[in-house]
Amino acid sequence: MKDLTPEILELIRRTSTDLPADIESRLREAQNNEAPDSAARKAMDTILANVEMTRRDSTPICQDTGTPLFFVKHPDGWKPRDIRNWIRAATAEATRLTYLRPNAVDSLSGKNSGNNLGSKYFPTIHFEEIDEGDLTIDLILKGGGCENVGAQYSLPDDRLNAGRDLEGVRRAALDAVNRAQGEGCAPGFLGIAIGGDRGTGFIASKEALLHEAGEKNPDHALGALEDQITKEANELGIGPMGFGGNSTVLGTRITSEHRLPASYFVTVSYMCWAYRRRKMIVHDDKVTYT
Amino acid sequence: MDFMDKQISLPLSDAAIKDLQVGDSVLLSGTLVTGRDAAHKWLTDCFIHPKTAVTQEDQRIFEELRGILAGGAIYHCGPVVAGLDTKEYRFVAAGPTTSVREEPYQADVMKILGLKAVIGKGGMGNRTLQACREIPGVYLHAIGGAASLIAKSVEEVLGVYKLEFGVPEAMWVIRVRDFPAVVTMDSHGQSLHADVRTRSSAILEKLLS
Repeated sequence: MKDLTPEILELIRRTSTDLPADIESRLREAQNNEAPDSAARKAMDTILANVEMTRRDSTPICQDTGTPLFFVKHPDGWKPRDIRNWIRAATAEATRLTYLRPNAVDSLSGKNSGNNLGSKYFPTIHFEEIDEGDLTIDLILKGGGCENVGAQYSLPDDRLNAGRDLEGVRRAALDAVNRAQGEGCAPGFLGIAIGGDRGTGFIASKEALLHEAGEKNPDHALGALEDQITKEANELGIGPMGFGGNSTVLGTRITSEHRLPASYFVTVSYMCWAYRRRKMIVHDDKVTYT
Repeated sequence: MDFMDKQISLPLSDAAIKDLQVGDSVLLSGTLVTGRDAAHKWLTDCFIHPKTAVTQEDQRIFEELRGILAGGAIYHCGPVVAGLDTKEYRFVAAGPTTSVREEPYQADVMKILGLKAVIGKGGMGNRTLQACREIPGVYLHAIGGAASLIAKSVEEVLGVYKLEFGVPEAMWVIRVRDFPAVVTMDSHGQSLHADVRTRSSAILEKLLS
């Protein structure tokens, strides 16, 4: 198999510097929803000027290039070990080229590895073998500000009067948004997982962020709940950067996983406005990016 | 609220600080220093609540920082920096990081370094707000994520302290021109963050009733 390190490097460059069109169009709607001359409007103006600048100059949208989260789907013939090596080589090279900030810090010594290579989860790579189709690699760069405001609720939650049903999910999600205020770099996006265990809940909530903003949920009830959470989160008035305003959450995606009888987790991953998400597809010898 | 940008320069006088009100947009020029989690912990452990004897080197750095930062600003930022191999440093991306993590340290750090301004994102809590009243000082909110745009306002990297903390955590001394920010906590006891949180929490209560 051909060494895909240069192609993965290009995937990282695009992800760090070029915001996806679906996200940018949501941001432009948000810009128009804020009152002229408000601090919120000014924040959106700055955000969108930055988006244009980084696309043109090939510089990072945000200096916090986060934990690189790779999701690999590989058909027969590709070895995960090879792909892991290519991803790690490309990550180190992208750091050298300043598409990524050196972010991997040894938790005990405090030492930064300098090249974004750390222990087995840094960068994070999820592999899934598929029966047929192309090799695909999705990448999300998720910064620490929004990662820190993610939350996991164990229902029932007495304080929120949240039971084990979709109404309980709604209560947990709105509480998470209110707690986050502007700290997750609002206006943001929510990936929500119902069920799983504590670990898989967070993985699934991040996989939910792989969907395009506005993509229809195949489950009608979840789709309706997504719309309701987005609408009500905006009623909170937290606004861009927490300055107060009309745009707090620009999209919600909910997924549901099996759970233990004893557990009912609602896991909320908050994605900042700098929703850096790209995909590369390898079809025969041809690599394309979306 | 006044949406004409106010031009302010470092070091800041008490009069300039008192003139600033929550909601003011500012363009900041002068020399400032980046400092975040590791820097605040280092300052606290070495100089505010000393846990061990301070090395001569750390003492020297501390004195130099006090000189640079008298009436100045600390910026909660972990930049992307080019030129690490040649030491001809250049800021590539330099937006703010979340400030509230420094809340346990900030008031003391402001006082010990002689700071008049803290720049970051997300706002800070009551202890910092109280310090802004006493000093007087101000909290300036930069636009989170607008990292390349903000880096354009960095004219020169003058030096770096504590690079052993790693690039994001090091204390970078930079000269900025027209650095864009919004006053969200002022020296008169006003905090936009406290106001927004109170309002949104009341709305949440209704949505969950």
